[in-house]
Amino acid sequence: MNGESVVFWVTATFSVMGAVGMVVSRKAVHSALWVAFTMINIAILYFSLEAAFLGTVQIVVYTGAVMMLFLFVLMIVGVDSADSLLETIKGQRLVASLFGISFGAMLIAGITSSGAINARGLTVANNFRGSNIKGLAELIFGRYLLAFEVTSALLITAALGAMVLAHRERVHPRKTQAQLQRERTLSGHPTPLPAPGVMATNNAVNVPGLLPDGSPSQASLPKPFQSNGDDETTTKEVTK
Amino acid sequence: MIAALIGLPLFGATVLLLGGRRTNSWGHYLAVLMSGSAFLVGVNQFMKMVSLADEERSLTQHLFTWIAVGRLEVPFALHLDQLSIVFVLLITGVGTLIHIYSIGYMEHDENRRKFFAYLNLFVAAMLLLVLANNYLLLYVGWEGVGLASYLLISFWQQKPSAAAAGKKAFIVNRVGDVGLSIAVMLMFVTFGTVTFEGVAQSAANANQTTVTWIGLALLLAACGKSAQFPLQSWLLDAMEGPTPVSALIHAATMVTAGVYLIARAHAIFDLSETARTAVVIIGAITLLLGAYIGTAKDDIKKGLAGSTMSQIGYMILAAGLGPVGYVFAIFHLLTHGMFKAGLFLGAGSVMHGMHDDVNMRHYGALRSFMKITYVTFGLGFLAIIGIPPFAGFWSKDEIIHAAFGQSILIGLATLLGAGVTAFYMTRMMTMTFFGEARWEDDVHPHESTNTMTIPMIVLSFGSVLGGLLLLYVGDIEHWLEPVVGFAYPAHSVSNTVLIPITLSVVLLGAGYAWFKYGRRPVPVTAPTNVSFLTKAARADAYGDAFNEAVFMRPGQHLTRLLTFFDAKGVDGVVNGLAATVGGLSARVRSTQSGYTRSYALFIFGGAALIAFVLLLVRL
Amino acid sequence: MNANNYLVLAAILFTIGAFGVLVRRNAIIVFMSVEMMLNAANLAFVAAARITGTLDGQVTAFFVMVVAAAEVVVGLAIILTIFRTRKSASIDEASLLKY
Repeated sequence: MNGESVVFWVTATFSVMGAVGMVVSRKAVHSALWVAFTMINIAILYFSLEAAFLGTVQIVVYTGAVMMLFLFVLMIVGVDSADSLLETIKGQRLVASLFGISFGAMLIAGITSSGAINARGLTVANNFRGSNIKGLAELIFGRYLLAFEVTSALLITAALGAMVLAHRERVHPRKTQAQLQRERTLSGHPTPLPAPGVMATNNAVNVPGLLPDGSPSQASLPKPFQSNGDDETTTKEVTK
Repeated sequence: MIAALIGLPLFGATVLLLGGRRTNSWGHYLAVLMSGSAFLVGVNQFMKMVSLADEERSLTQHLFTWIAVGRLEVPFALHLDQLSIVFVLLITGVGTLIHIYSIGYMEHDENRRKFFAYLNLFVAAMLLLVLANNYLLLYVGWEGVGLASYLLISFWQQKPSAAAAGKKAFIVNRVGDVGLSIAVMLMFVTFGTVTFEGVAQSAANANQTTVTWIGLALLLAACGKSAQFPLQSWLLDAMEGPTPVSALIHAATMVTAGVYLIARAHAIFDLSETARTAVVIIGAITLLLGAYIGTAKDDIKKGLAGSTMSQIGYMILAAGLGPVGYVFAIFHLLTHGMFKAGLFLGAGSVMHGMHDDVNMRHYGALRSFMKITYVTFGLGFLAIIGIPPFAGFWSKDEIIHAAFGQSILIGLATLLGAGVTAFYMTRMMTMTFFGEARWEDDVHPHESTNTMTIPMIVLSFGSVLGGLLLLYVGDIEHWLEPVVGFAYPAHSVSNTVLIPITLSVVLLGAGYAWFKYGRRPVPVTAPTNVSFLTKAARADAYGDAFNEAVFMRPGQHLTRLLTFFDAKGVDGVVNGLAATVGGLSARVRSTQSGYTRSYALFIFGGAALIAFVLLLVRL
Repeated sequence: MNANNYLVLAAILFTIGAFGVLVRRNAIIVFMSVEMMLNAANLAFVAAARITGTLDGQVTAFFVMVVAAAEVVVGLAIILTIFRTRKSASIDEASLLKY
């Protein structure tokens, strides 16, 4: 068993583990972490496949940028929210398993039916231009130049699209300081709001602070974490 | 100058139709003027023609090339020869008299201007028909005559019967027109030309069968226009039109077109014994059928219509006899044009005085109330039954003489026809002008105005002298010979024997009618307990019933069947398909749940299926 | 080593990703599963590049990464917009477009 085999079997096991973990995790954050784990393992596989440049890009772009973007969005949507794993569409999971297993089996059967393949290796191709990166550059800015240019257009369009989608039109004019002052005075609560809980045993920002009489104050929480009092989790965590 | 013959009445029709109400006050005078000047042009041409030698009498005026496609080249050319000119004179002469008569007859009709426009159009179309130098141009005039007759027969279109009669005339004529169009196409295919001259030249070299078929197709066309058996049914209904129209259709235009066509296409008929025989048979059947129908009609106009059928039958029969008959067919056509126009105008005059009542059983003893009408009608009557020296005698006698030359059977048919003619005409004469008065008290018979009586008087001169003048002064046999050819009947019964026989048959028929209707009182309502023959004659020999049973009912059934098939078969398939798709969609619709994951599952299933197929193909 | 192994691994990862798309309801996790499928495809491309001894497969993988990055940006923006209006990231919530 040579080094390549060792690397392959270890990373292959890890990446499949990561993929399965992504699918079965209840919390989205956990899924994201599992995906990042798989991505890193795939990056290692790229290195062993003589694609050093792609391996680096994989780490930088996927685990670095894309997955961070995912986590960023998760922050907004709610890091803590956990999915119910109960299936709501009748028969979806059963049929999906059936299709998945048969599809995977057929792919594997198709791949392995031709028997063992010996890779030619990229030594010649990489050395032709001096190195892997130079070879890729030759291709990208040569034969695939048009695709590259079109990709740039795609990226610009995507950036613009994201901006348009995320943009919110201001419906009312921005409030002035005088208005804010007046509202605060009239709200019956001119002093600063109580701070949320400060004991760092928990995600402190969603634990309400205690009032002098010992009761939790919803007003101390940021808006996304506020509840009308019927939210069990919040109450439970407070009483803990 | 030939084009002016057609152009003048056409101009009149155009002005009256486009001019609208502005021309109401003077429109009818314009129409009379146009028709009259066309007559004068015709007389002028005739005079010129008389002064020329025989072979120079044929004139052609090439106006422009009408159609030039490949081998087909049809000139828009007019041809005036000895045959055309007599038709021109008849059409414009009698036509003008009828125009004048109509001024009085249609005086109180609010659409008088339109009526005169149509009359002019009729004359123009008929002139185009007789002046064309090729069959295709003749066809244009032929159709124009059909259109004008439709417009005039259904002129009082507010009456459903008139509207139906117009339609009937048009549709029955269409059957004949198909024959003419087939003949024209056959001519073009066979001879490569449609001009009279070209067809006459190349007909001799053509296939005998083809020539026969062309002749039969032309005969079908003639049957349609001339109301010959079996396409006679429209003529009796055409009496729904105003009486001047009936006179025009029956005397000067329309029904004579068939005779003209056969005479003009003599080159075809000369070559085909079969076609000629068919023409003779059709003529004989119609001549007897028309006379037979005429014997039972109480409607004075329908009686005259039956008579027209019968007389045209004589002409067609004569035309079918070949060179021995063409000349006499035209001769009889001319004399008939004069006395029949006179008879119709007389009938119109009687109706005018009797509150438009057409039933002869309500007439009687009118001779003292309408003296001019009585005399002119009487002269026409003498002419049609063939009493010498009146016009009809000369022409009819020649036809009978020629028919005996052909065969004894045909001769006997014409002889019998003459007897029956005498019978029904005497019946009409006695029922109308003799016997006791049978009209209601509020009817006051009176003589018509001058505009109506003068044409009648003029025409009665024709009834008296027309035959003699044409035969002995005009020498019609030799006048027409260069165009249609002429031969004396080879072996016929001698005229010295035949004339007394004919006269005695005629007198027998007339005497029987006098005995039956003049001596005894005529019942005011038609008796119902009559023989089958009378009933059949009253029902136009069941021509309509036959058409209805054989053509109309099966046609309706076919239509109903097709409708049924369309509703159940075609629509069923279409609706069934729609229902199937709809039902299937309603079931498949539930897969459109809106859940993205559900759709993704279908896509994934498709991918799995493709993978499976690829695997299957590879392994 | 048998180069097929890489392809088999890619197939397994792809199938797991597809399964994740089908069974998870959280739009973000569904999206992650899609990324997983793209990565599996990339892995197959890179392995194929090595098998054939050319660099084209790697270039293709590179382009896939670029396109995936663009797609993530737009996709997450869409998820955010949906979350704003529905206060939920469940893709089953956005199921009004139906019969």
